Amino acid sequence: MKPAPFRYHAPKTIDEAVETLAQVAAEDGRVLAGGQSLVPIMAFRLARPGHLVDINGVAALRRLAVDGDRLSIGACVRHAAFHKPVVDGPLGRLLAAVVRHIAHYPIRTRGTFCGSVAHADPASEWCAVAAALDAEMVAKSATGTRSIAAQDFFRGIMTTALREDELLTEVRLPILPADTRFGFYEFNRRAGDFALAMALVTYRLQDGVISEPRVAVGGVEPQPRRIEQAERALAGRAPGRAAFEAAAAAVGAAVDPLDDATTSASYRRDLAQTVTRRALEQAAA
Amino acid sequence: MTSGNNKWIGQSVERLEDPPLVRGRGRFAADISFPHQLHMRIVRANHAHGRIAAIDTAAARALPGVVAVWSSADIADIPPVDFREGRIPALEPYRQPVLAADKVRYVGEPVAAIFAEDPYIAEDAADLVTLEIEELPILLDAEAEPGEFSAGRNTEVAVIQQGYGDVEAALRAAPMVVELELGIGRHSGVPLEARGAIGRYDASRDILELHGAAKVPHRNRDLLARMLKLTPSSIHVHESHVGGGFGIRGELYPEDVLVCVAAMRLGRPVKWIEDRREHLIAANHSRQQLHRIRAAVDGEGRILAIDDRYFHDQGAYVRTHAARVVHMTAGILPGPYRVPAYRAIGHFRLTNKTPAATYRAPGRYETTFVRERLVDAIAAKLGIDPNDVRRRNAIAPDEMPYHRPLEALGEEIEFDSGDYVGLLDKLLVALDWDKLKAGLARRRAAGEAVGAGFAMFVEKSGLGPADGVRIEVDTSGAVELITGGASLGQGFETVMAQVCAEILGIDYRRVRVTHGQTDRIAFGIGAHASRATVMTASATYNGAMKLRAKAIDMAAELMQAPIAALDIVEGKVVRKDQPLGPSISLGEIATHLAPTSKTLGEREPGLSAEGWFRVDHQVYPYGLHFAVVKVDRETGGVHVESYAIAYDIGRAINPALVKGQIVGGFAQGLGGALLEEFTYNERGDPLATTFADYLMPTARETPKVDVILREDYTSPLNPLGIKGAGESGITGVGAAIASAVDEAIGIPGAVTQLPVTPQRLKQILNGRAN
Amino acid sequence: MIEKRELTLIVNGRDYSVRVDPRRTLVDAIRDDCGQTGTHIGCEHGVCGACTVLIDGEPVRSCLMFAVQAEGCQIRTVEGLAKGDELHPLQQAFIENHGLQCGFCTPGFLMLATGVLEREPDISDEDLIDVLASNLCRCTGYENIVKAVRAAAAKMTAGR
Repeated sequence: MKPAPFRYHAPKTIDEAVETLAQVAAEDGRVLAGGQSLVPIMAFRLARPGHLVDINGVAALRRLAVDGDRLSIGACVRHAAFHKPVVDGPLGRLLAAVVRHIAHYPIRTRGTFCGSVAHADPASEWCAVAAALDAEMVAKSATGTRSIAAQDFFRGIMTTALREDELLTEVRLPILPADTRFGFYEFNRRAGDFALAMALVTYRLQDGVISEPRVAVGGVEPQPRRIEQAERALAGRAPGRAAFEAAAAAVGAAVDPLDDATTSASYRRDLAQTVTRRALEQAAA
Repeated sequence: MTSGNNKWIGQSVERLEDPPLVRGRGRFAADISFPHQLHMRIVRANHAHGRIAAIDTAAARALPGVVAVWSSADIADIPPVDFREGRIPALEPYRQPVLAADKVRYVGEPVAAIFAEDPYIAEDAADLVTLEIEELPILLDAEAEPGEFSAGRNTEVAVIQQGYGDVEAALRAAPMVVELELGIGRHSGVPLEARGAIGRYDASRDILELHGAAKVPHRNRDLLARMLKLTPSSIHVHESHVGGGFGIRGELYPEDVLVCVAAMRLGRPVKWIEDRREHLIAANHSRQQLHRIRAAVDGEGRILAIDDRYFHDQGAYVRTHAARVVHMTAGILPGPYRVPAYRAIGHFRLTNKTPAATYRAPGRYETTFVRERLVDAIAAKLGIDPNDVRRRNAIAPDEMPYHRPLEALGEEIEFDSGDYVGLLDKLLVALDWDKLKAGLARRRAAGEAVGAGFAMFVEKSGLGPADGVRIEVDTSGAVELITGGASLGQGFETVMAQVCAEILGIDYRRVRVTHGQTDRIAFGIGAHASRATVMTASATYNGAMKLRAKAIDMAAELMQAPIAALDIVEGKVVRKDQPLGPSISLGEIATHLAPTSKTLGEREPGLSAEGWFRVDHQVYPYGLHFAVVKVDRETGGVHVESYAIAYDIGRAINPALVKGQIVGGFAQGLGGALLEEFTYNERGDPLATTFADYLMPTARETPKVDVILREDYTSPLNPLGIKGAGESGITGVGAAIASAVDEAIGIPGAVTQLPVTPQRLKQILNGRAN
Repeated sequence: MIEKRELTLIVNGRDYSVRVDPRRTLVDAIRDDCGQTGTHIGCEHGVCGACTVLIDGEPVRSCLMFAVQAEGCQIRTVEGLAKGDELHPLQQAFIENHGLQCGFCTPGFLMLATGVLEREPDISDEDLIDVLASNLCRCTGYENIVKAVRAAAAKMTAGR
């Protein structure tokens, strides 16, 4: 399972990277960061990029820092960076809790947060995080820079709003308020496998009732998204069995699950409800 | 014979195989390279069934670095891959051609072969070959009406029947009839090393070499000789390191034939290394059967008759094993129970899937699932404990040897020895069963979906009819034990060395064990069917005894001592009453036995001996499996909390290695019970073509196994009393886990299909809820 | 025609000059261009872990990297674990605990464990199982591999 031939570029700066992309995009030029998702599909020859633009040498893309009220995650920041909280407060803890579910240890030493977002596998944990927290994706090309909101970014199975000549240079996540509660739950056949369903929830408590709920479901539909019906079912209610079951039921009713020969839509729908409820129970614990 | 405790036999000594392997100095097929070698890449069918209208190889040929591209026309003189045991005319029309000629019958079937300077280029060239296929109807269900295989031939290859007694009468008269429909999913051994073969023709000696062989090197040599019309002695098959076999590796496949033919015709060594996707669609599949079983039972759960009709999904062709698995299934199903009347009818059917053959405990994993589900069903219907059903039906020790007029592997079944109920009792004691059972009931009352299940089975091992070794001691005292055996990673060398060293009175580390080299010994049956320890170790024992006698005879003359007064200790012959006195080493004895030696006398030159072991009966070790599972009712997920295996091995030469085999087999059985399945869409496209789809257990999913190894009943059929163990860890896993899941969810007979996937289990639970 | 590239790979502290296509995977370069065949290929799509090596101390699946990406990195493979005749504690522990049968997955497990234990010598039992669940073994059922790694971890901690 050897990849098809490609030309290899190793830019040293962001500008060089996007210039190169501009030149090679038309010949199916792709960005190589961690390679943990791209190289396998090249091995199967499902992808045959004519060019690889290896950004691992661009020091500026390794940046991981707090900019005001945002955490900026550069394109070359590895999954492993998040094992220990990268910022004080709930966001750091949330990312550390989620990262443990991503594949396996050796994948996490190379794979990147942004790479996962750009690859947009429906079962990607970071995509679910990006959707849940309304992340901002920063895309740069030879002709300029733009910011894409999460809800506009994910367009379908392995499909994003990125143009072929654009490089996702960073993803910006909101620093969550210190009293934010969160829960994450995913179900898979074996530890480290692609999840069949996952839910990420966050909320705050105001006078004992839920405020600012976020409920995002991943692995169930072609792309992850916040489920407003579930959030409405939670807002203003006391956390507990009744509210959580209502939210889970709302998720079950709202999703249009993927259906394939191995996993049926109705089973995924069942799972979507279960993972939602369990994520909420975790948040409340 | 050394008196007192055995020094090596029965000891869990460290393996001789390990030092090179932990250093990364193993020599697996992909590690073998020859100068000027070509790399072969197979072009495989992408359609499950169709007529080949055209194959266009022009673009592939034109690619720089490509030396040749073959399709079936280029090897028209090469016959289809034949059967291992010899000619079986009735099955011959269903053999697989080395390269597809007029039709393709499964996705993955070899259609063309590329020979190139480099494997990357070979794969590029394979992409450039275009196939024009006229699609034909696709058959994916062995139970459906047979379709057309070829003109005038349909896809039901044969109908197997075995039985005795009047089943119909028993069913008519029975107080109770239990009826089940049970399926085992398609899965297979999937070793971590994919297949590989290197063909090399040494023109200077007119010898064809096949490297990367495994399991049955001599058989494969003979089969190749027949197919290629060469003399067996002009083919040398070489086995080096093998990354697991499990029954899958080592059969002769089309690719093995191709590297040999290509090496001869292209005049360069030809190396073929399979990739993982290829392995999952082209190496032997196994296990898929559907059984419709009925049992006549009396009011106390005694089986009066079994009537089983089953459908064996063979895939697209009949491969080297012919009808071995489908036939054995009928013979082995009754297992450890008395079945007064029996009929098994097996439909040996072809489908448009990867061909199937043997996988560890072939026929036994499947039939143990079926038979033990039956035991559970009888127990549920009568409201009694399944183990009471087992007690009432199990053959007793005083009925041994127990003859059954059924056949498996060419022999009538005769259980040699054993106490099945006795082993069950020992297992229950080891589990502290009453306490465990009460504990699970308490947990269920508190709302947990937990349950336990058992499975009882008889295994088979020690398939003869004969094996032989040659042992040679050189003038330094180093010993070489040359066998026709094979090593797949199970510790074969260590076990043979232990036996040899015990008899010769030397350190086992001084024994070099040679295997898998057909040019070093003329005959061998390799390693499969849990036979190596029984057959090759017994031959080693016999050979070592002869060599020992030779050494002592020479020493007796040199030391002027009676033979009976001598012993061999640490490689030196000494007087038993003066162990620290005068001695003569084996190396010195070898020198005295040299052809030119003055002390040789009338003796045969050389300190060497051949040893043979013949047996006309397999041995039948037996065991029990026990599982505790916890079910997540919301997701359908199954977690195996604990597992125990009780097994009577007769005698364990190296207990650690036996346990290793059992635990390894268990992990595979676990995969078959919960995770592994080769599935297809309606177009016959295989869906499990990567390790992300074909799921095998990791350290996370595999619980510790409590192995209770017993040596209660040594086999009367060989000098060391051993029975094999290679397959016992896997046999009962499907059955035990199914039983435990039923109890956990409180639905008797819920599990009728393996693997128990979360989705399937959730469907069962939802169905019950509605 | 895509040109081959000349690079130097540093494997177990030794320089190897190789000339490779950009698409040549690191595992193929280690095995065939540097002649170190101890690192094995089990799946070539990053799941089984048989190809695990250490890149600057981190366990990495060498089938998912290209050789051209590894220039300047310290690559460690199973061949570099022993010091002459003296086996690494992990190698010794695998032998003593019957942690291998066919040996095909063993180099990958050894390098995975080496990388993890060097970074996190006091890793918890729970986390260790998670890490060892990264790689596949088809022969042993894992029990003895876990035992071997634990035994080696204890020795390596004691030795410091």
